[in-house]
Amino acid sequence: MKIVEDATCTFCGCVCDDITLKVENQRIVEANKACVLGKAWFLNHQIEDRPSCLIDGKPAPLDEGYERAASILCEAKYPIIYGLSDSPCEAQRVAVSLADWIGANVDSTTSVCHGPSGMALQGVGEVTCTLGEVANRADLVMFWGSNPAESHPRHFTRYSLMPKGMFVPNGRKDRTCVVVDVRRTKSVKAADLFFQIPPRKDFEAIWCLRALAADVALDADQVERDTGIPLARWQDLMQRMKSARFGVIFFGMGLTMTRGKHCNTEALLALVRDMNAHTRFVVKPNRGHGNVTGADNVVTWRTGYPFGVNLARGYPRFNPGEYTTSDTLARGEADAALIVSADPMSNLAQAARAHLASIPYVALDPKETPTTRAAAVAFTVAAYGIQTGGTVYRLDDVPIALRPALDSPHPSDQTVLEGIERCVRQRKGIGEFA
Amino acid sequence: MSTALLKIAGGTVYDPANGIDGQVRDVWVADGKIVSPPTDPDIRPTRQLDARGLVVMPGGIDMHCHIAGPKVNIARKMRPEEKRGAAPIRRTRLTHSGTLGSVPSTFTTGYLYAGLGYTTAFDAAVPPLLARHAHEEFADTPCLDKGLYVLMGNNHYVMQSIQRREPDKLQAFVGWLLGASKGLAPKLVNPGGVEVWKHRPAGNVRGIDDQVDYFDVTPRQIIRAMAEAADALRLPHPVHIHCNNLGLPGNWTTTLETMKALDGHRGHVTHIQFHSYGGGAGDEDTFHSKVAELADYHATHDNLTIDVGQVLFGETTSMTGDGPLGYYLHKIYGGKWFSSDTEMESGCGITPIKYRNKSLVHALQWAIGLEWYLMVQDPWRVVMSTDHPNGGSFLAYPQIVRLLMDRSYRHEVLKTCHPQVLKRSRLADLDREYSLYEIAIITRAGPARILGLTHKGHLAPGADADITIYTPNENKETMFALPRVVIKSGTVIVEEGEIRATPLGKTLHVQPEYDVEIEADIRTWFEKYYTIRFRNYPVSDAYLHDSQTIPCGT
Repeated sequence: MKIVEDATCTFCGCVCDDITLKVENQRIVEANKACVLGKAWFLNHQIEDRPSCLIDGKPAPLDEGYERAASILCEAKYPIIYGLSDSPCEAQRVAVSLADWIGANVDSTTSVCHGPSGMALQGVGEVTCTLGEVANRADLVMFWGSNPAESHPRHFTRYSLMPKGMFVPNGRKDRTCVVVDVRRTKSVKAADLFFQIPPRKDFEAIWCLRALAADVALDADQVERDTGIPLARWQDLMQRMKSARFGVIFFGMGLTMTRGKHCNTEALLALVRDMNAHTRFVVKPNRGHGNVTGADNVVTWRTGYPFGVNLARGYPRFNPGEYTTSDTLARGEADAALIVSADPMSNLAQAARAHLASIPYVALDPKETPTTRAAAVAFTVAAYGIQTGGTVYRLDDVPIALRPALDSPHPSDQTVLEGIERCVRQRKGIGEFA
Repeated sequence: MSTALLKIAGGTVYDPANGIDGQVRDVWVADGKIVSPPTDPDIRPTRQLDARGLVVMPGGIDMHCHIAGPKVNIARKMRPEEKRGAAPIRRTRLTHSGTLGSVPSTFTTGYLYAGLGYTTAFDAAVPPLLARHAHEEFADTPCLDKGLYVLMGNNHYVMQSIQRREPDKLQAFVGWLLGASKGLAPKLVNPGGVEVWKHRPAGNVRGIDDQVDYFDVTPRQIIRAMAEAADALRLPHPVHIHCNNLGLPGNWTTTLETMKALDGHRGHVTHIQFHSYGGGAGDEDTFHSKVAELADYHATHDNLTIDVGQVLFGETTSMTGDGPLGYYLHKIYGGKWFSSDTEMESGCGITPIKYRNKSLVHALQWAIGLEWYLMVQDPWRVVMSTDHPNGGSFLAYPQIVRLLMDRSYRHEVLKTCHPQVLKRSRLADLDREYSLYEIAIITRAGPARILGLTHKGHLAPGADADITIYTPNENKETMFALPRVVIKSGTVIVEEGEIRATPLGKTLHVQPEYDVEIEADIRTWFEKYYTIRFRNYPVSDAYLHDSQTIPCGT
């Protein structure tokens, strides 16, 4: 039996690093402090009884897999690299190198979740903080289009609502919780105030609050018509926001992936910025995947742009909608792909899936998925945080080093990507092969 | 013989640390180090570089820049518009592609520094909680030895130890924190002021004797105690200070009081240009230079060193650990604004900025920076910096060299500036011109000495073989913009602007000895307030790759 303390759960963007894992016979039998999602992640993990490499569905040595993958990627006219959000930064870095050498697109799942948040940041900036600032200071905690009770189950207890912090010593009693959403989610149970707005009216609701923050007179009838909520309730909310000592708004895909997308987020970031004329106020996207925040960081420090980057001309260009994966595939442009620990064959729209199924591609995943099943070359890789280490970034950009509990018969995705990169560099005459 | 032996033959050598001022010498290199010439005349070099007629200097050292870590990366992310208009950085068979703008991507940063003959650089403001991020970027920043300074001026444990009058605890904590974040030096940014910013809208301290909310300490106490702790730990580089009230008219008194607060302890006051302003508080109409007064104090206190933080005209990005400053600049210029507060430790502010020669304030900032270089008589205690990218890009260093070496050029540029600059600064009266020897001091030998890097910034046997060879030119900007050859640890990495090799370089850090008994106390405090586990906080050796521990004094 082995005990691993302070292990990190990579299931969601909370990246809780206080998990105690009990290991027996190469299985995790207990995951103390983990939430329901984290327990499922750790306890259901089994060593995959599958070959580490399959070429056209048949077992093959890793080296043959690397060669075949390199040949697919090097012979393509418009290769794309996608996923990255469930890999540690060390592997993401290799993926961006690969994209550089072959002139590919490199894009993470950010483009289908908080890509609009990244674009909004480029528009207006962002006033934000690490989660400890919320835990220690926030007396007004708002959630907009985000349902952490189901998506980030320890968010309330560990970071945002329950902690007894330095300046909120009574924890939950010292905080007011507000939820804004189009439906009564499980998170509403935790809220003191709930604002149920009609679908596709987020922008109008945020713009109403911006107007109130700036003391602009509003037509009560129009506000209620546009937001489904009486003006008096918005006024009351703004009063609470202004009188809070430290306010925070967490937002989710209910804001970023509904009508308005980056305009919604830009409005929210602007509202929070404006609130700083009255009190301290911050905003934070509740990111989903365990290391999607790391993907944004790695792609940015290497290319200057966070996602949707095209390297075909030999240098990075950024254009969401053009170089983002769901679009490149749906338009039938990409002619080969490298999918790193993501499952687009389950998650993307039909047109994108159909095109992906029609082109040769390489897939890495710890599990068998619809994406690995249709791949020309499929690698079974060790699971990050369970079987391999590395670095992940929490949803607030705090980098944390992993403490893997188990060994794996499979290579890490870093190892596989390095194997492919080595073959690509040899073919292209790059670096030591120049 | 087995090791390669490189001879740089017949160059005109500027090596101020060894008193060599433009003498023709050979420089010999083996195993990445400068070596003595072989005594056996039969030993021939494996490779010889003919440096006759060329200028040979140690590699440049940027002791204060922002090139890696959380705020740098957000600035890259936030400013796509700059990159689209900039020249593309294409991949080659040796190099990664990247992007320019005021905040270049990681690989590009390394290539560009190397292209200028700089071989060492230090990121000046990293929150320890996020130090791992900076180290990860270092691993993607080739051609440079590099390190980071650790933000401590608003750290709760620091302020609490000072409040409780526990200097031993403070000293041990500083030692522990430098080791845990694998940093080189302790950094203060607006000490105490960032904590006030976290408490109140537009919050800040107004002076060095204001009380910090909740902690009941003053910036003066923080500065004094941290300088003392750094000296007690015998750190190679002392406390590195970004003073309170950056950028405000009348802030020169805060700067003077900060210097006095050191109370004889060593201290480095950074980007001092931004802290040398006279005038009524908050009144731009009375804005003027106070360099002469501060330089007088600096001249008579050899515990003090400075770097300038030169402003250059053009567009750039302001990025700082000074959260309230970011807000202030955003309110002035109205651009997009990023702010992030790091729990228990620090803040951050980022906003675009454009320095215009027709703006009185900007032109004065430009002139005040130059006054500093020209009024400090001892070049060993003033270092060239732009506080990249805050005053301008490090790519402007060749332009600064020309401004310092060529007074007619300087006066020409001055003529293009807002006319009031002539009345409010003494720049027009300063006729001094720097020599190559002095340039070698403020860009190499000086920063190495100030940082305690005995193996850097000079060309005596045992030093790192970081060497830059320039082609002399009347136009010093041309000369310094395109070195003939750049050598990093004995390897030729650049020839005439072309990258020839891309060694990663080393991470330089300290590992001070401290009273380990303290860790239990830190842990108790840490686990009460931080949102990550104590054991997951320190940056492990795995992040250092090739590294070197810089010894603390004995």
